Amino acid sequence: METPLLEMKNITKEFPGVKALDNVSFQVRAGEIHCLVGENGAGKSTLMKVLSGVYPYGDYSGEILLEGETQQYSQIRDSEKAGIAIIYQELALVPDMTVYENIFLGHEISSAAQVVDWNETVQRAGEMLQKVKLKLNPELKVKDLGVGQQQLVEIAKALSRDVKILILDEPTAALNEDDSANLLNLLRDLKEQGVTCILISHKLKEVIQIADTVTVLRDGKTICTLDARNGEVSEAVLIKHMVGREIDNIYPQRERTVSDEVVLEVRDWNAYDPNLGRSILKNVSINLKRGEIVGLAGLMGSGRTELALSIFGNPDGYHLNGELYLKGEQKNFKRPQDAIKAGMAYVTEDRKGDGLILIQDVKQNITLANLQEIANNGVVDENAEIKVANEYRESLNIKTPSVEQKVSNLSGGNQQKVCLGKWLFVKPDVLILDEPTRGIDVGAKFEIYTIMTRLVQQGMSIIMISSELPEILGMSDRVYIVSSGRISGELPIEEATQEKIMHMATN
Amino acid sequence: MSFVQNVQKVLKQNIREYGMYIALFVIMAIFAFTTNGVFINSRNISNLFNQTGYIAVLAVGMTLVIVIRHIDLSIGFLAGFLGAVAAIALVFWKLPVWVVIPMVLVMGAIAGLITAFPVAHLKIPSFVASLAGWLIYRGALLLVTAGTGTIIVPDAAFNAIGNGYIPDFPDLGFLPGIHKLTLLLGVIAVVFFVFSEINSRKKKQAYNFEVLPLEIFIIKLTFIAILIGLITWVLAGYNGISWTVVIVLVVVAIYHFVTTQMVLGRHIYAIGGNPEAAELSGINVKKMIYVVFGSMGMLSALSGILFTSRLQSATTTAGTLFELDAIAAAYVGGVSAAGGVGKVTGSIIGALVMMSLTNGMNLMGIDISLQYIVRGAVLAAAVIFDVTTRNRSK
Ligand SMILES: Nc1ncnc2c1ncn2[C@@H]1O[C@H](COP(=O)(O)OP(=O)(O)OP(=O)(O)O)[C@@H](O)[C@H]1O
Ligand SMILES: [Mg+2]
Repeated sequence: METPLLEMKNITKEFPGVKALDNVSFQVRAGEIHCLVGENGAGKSTLMKVLSGVYPYGDYSGEILLEGETQQYSQIRDSEKAGIAIIYQELALVPDMTVYENIFLGHEISSAAQVVDWNETVQRAGEMLQKVKLKLNPELKVKDLGVGQQQLVEIAKALSRDVKILILDEPTAALNEDDSANLLNLLRDLKEQGVTCILISHKLKEVIQIADTVTVLRDGKTICTLDARNGEVSEAVLIKHMVGREIDNIYPQRERTVSDEVVLEVRDWNAYDPNLGRSILKNVSINLKRGEIVGLAGLMGSGRTELALSIFGNPDGYHLNGELYLKGEQKNFKRPQDAIKAGMAYVTEDRKGDGLILIQDVKQNITLANLQEIANNGVVDENAEIKVANEYRESLNIKTPSVEQKVSNLSGGNQQKVCLGKWLFVKPDVLILDEPTRGIDVGAKFEIYTIMTRLVQQGMSIIMISSELPEILGMSDRVYIVSSGRISGELPIEEATQEKIMHMATN
Repeated sequence: MSFVQNVQKVLKQNIREYGMYIALFVIMAIFAFTTNGVFINSRNISNLFNQTGYIAVLAVGMTLVIVIRHIDLSIGFLAGFLGAVAAIALVFWKLPVWVVIPMVLVMGAIAGLITAFPVAHLKIPSFVASLAGWLIYRGALLLVTAGTGTIIVPDAAFNAIGNGYIPDFPDLGFLPGIHKLTLLLGVIAVVFFVFSEINSRKKKQAYNFEVLPLEIFIIKLTFIAILIGLITWVLAGYNGISWTVVIVLVVVAIYHFVTTQMVLGRHIYAIGGNPEAAELSGINVKKMIYVVFGSMGMLSALSGILFTSRLQSATTTAGTLFELDAIAAAYVGGVSAAGGVGKVTGSIIGALVMMSLTNGMNLMGIDISLQYIVRGAVLAAAVIFDVTTRNRSK
């Protein structure tokens, strides 16, 4: 057998209280697309961080061989020099810099005297953008690009160095279907050009489409490495290896629990964003009944998150106009605090940006939105807090050594569960979930769906914003389609199909 | 695991926190040596604590300001100005002490709220808003002292705040020359400390949380108990505990309790950790900015009172550079510039470190120019140590 391009041998990496990687071995052949799958917390990101020098040599045990030679990186720069580029789960671009500045950030094209040659930079940036098939002006600021475009800029940035191995950690988690397909095509092209790719993803469909080889991790151990080229690998097979048991239907059986009582109603709702200087919601009217799950479908940037925020106390200071009724009473929330008190909760889309306090521990995050409940005269009862946190840890199956673990140390999916726990503890009547299963493994998805089912049975009402149509179709009782800040359609679940929704979403 | 490995592990995990105490200890040891013991005699330690008082209360307030990712530069001259107001109220308006002190504290709180307004509502950086305050209060201080120059305060009760000591039991005929109430309080403090530590350890164990290994826990307890005992003994050997120390301890106790046990404190740290997430979690961020700056203003007033009382007079330059000493104390004490991290107890130690340097170098007769350089170097070293140990533990 030829020597593999990359070989990681017997890698073990421990954190206080957690063995994140336990004797993992991992081989990548030159020129292949190698997918890495596994449950939340299985150790995928950690393995890649070991490879890229985030955890330097000596922090782990085991051996890394690149083209047969032993590698010992003491920092990220070393692995970059060796030709390994990693694109992290969360994007690492500087929003206020231009595209071309970002692409060459850290290895600017400069003269001997360290003076940056901007003309050359812009020119080369243009070439890189062509390589990733992104047609845009490199002088734009990154913050003005969509997530899909930003993702491509990240790849252009990686390609601007000499890369042998490109690692992508859940690149499509935040992308819609078109952008995802686009990205996968790009990876295929890069493969033609000889770039080897390691891809981490929870979207098993795309894994099957694109992978040459799949490695499954579970609980920090390599379970198996499968050859995916001959089409023998199916979703069911992957799921079985990932979770160790079979899951046939990822959407739980639901009895319809919808009552006639309308709990939330928004009428002729308009919002203007003074920062963007334009109107973002136009004449939106929606309602939600007790015990109902309403899906909000639409493309990225269609205004679904803005709608949720504007209802939930309007923290971004949009100029609003229209009527909002909660349980029959007209409301005018000044801030999220008011909305929470009135019985609403909003699980944000961006858990790191505005969902969690990463430097605090699991229990502090879970109780944050409802500290009153566990406090007497303003003094927090620590015993009660620990009890509550442990309850949610169990019911949501949050993988953590203890509730005193810092949230930044949890894996992406488990962070999402902490977010969910925090809002369930508020015990709301109306729960808004914004992309609730983004970055979450199949097993945990099933758990979250089961929890949603249980909640509506108990009389809660849920608005679920999701860009994944199967999820919308699998869980909703009714679907609104949002397009450019308007409601472009409403479908009862019996009539909803992917085609109809996509059609309405793009109009 | 063996004992040595345990010690190593615990030290590594808590290097940041222990480092501060070790630094304080080393600095004190060096000065004890270079001043032939003068530095650690009862009289000087007592003096050191009293000097630290007016910076310590500022450092406590500053901790919270930095935790919510802001800064307040106006506090030095605000303290100076309000100290002068207190002097004027006592001397010229002839108001009694028990009226003057609450009045000045309220004025301080109002001043803090005024700084908070542009920060909370207009999103003006607190650096700029409080820089304006710095200029204004400096001007105000010059203005109120313009006619009189230094104002001498003859009020004995007021001056006791900065110079007096708590009373002692009547002479019982034993332990002559030792302040017995101070000793008693020290013993109570040790007992209280040991019990509360044992309690909290038990509680943690009941929840299966990580606790220190038993041997190390005992060592830590013994060490701190001896430390408290030693300080008490040293203070008791002079005049006992001063009113300044009592005031600082009360302030620290209150702030420590609020920040670690109360909803209010949780909200403050949540804002520091992630303001957007805090707002979305139903915390009124604007209101908290008012609370934190208001408390800062009130503590500035307290600092002004302590300082004026200590000097027994209000001067035209009172408060100069207090703000920077307080900020330095907070950083040395482990407050993170990124927000969301820092303890008020740490900042007190930080204040003590900075004041020990001044005091010790004064005793050694080191020139003021060198003193600044040394203090600057210690600040830089502390922050570098902080950042590197923090990153490593990640
Ligand atoms: N810095 C850290 N400190 C302590 N524990 C950590 C740290 N980073 C990761 N872990 C733990 O290591 C395990 C593996 O985490 P990792 O992030 O590699 O998971 P993952 O497979 O990428 O999961 P996900 O799909 O949710 O992103 C988890 O149990 C996580 O809690
Ligand atoms: Mg991950």
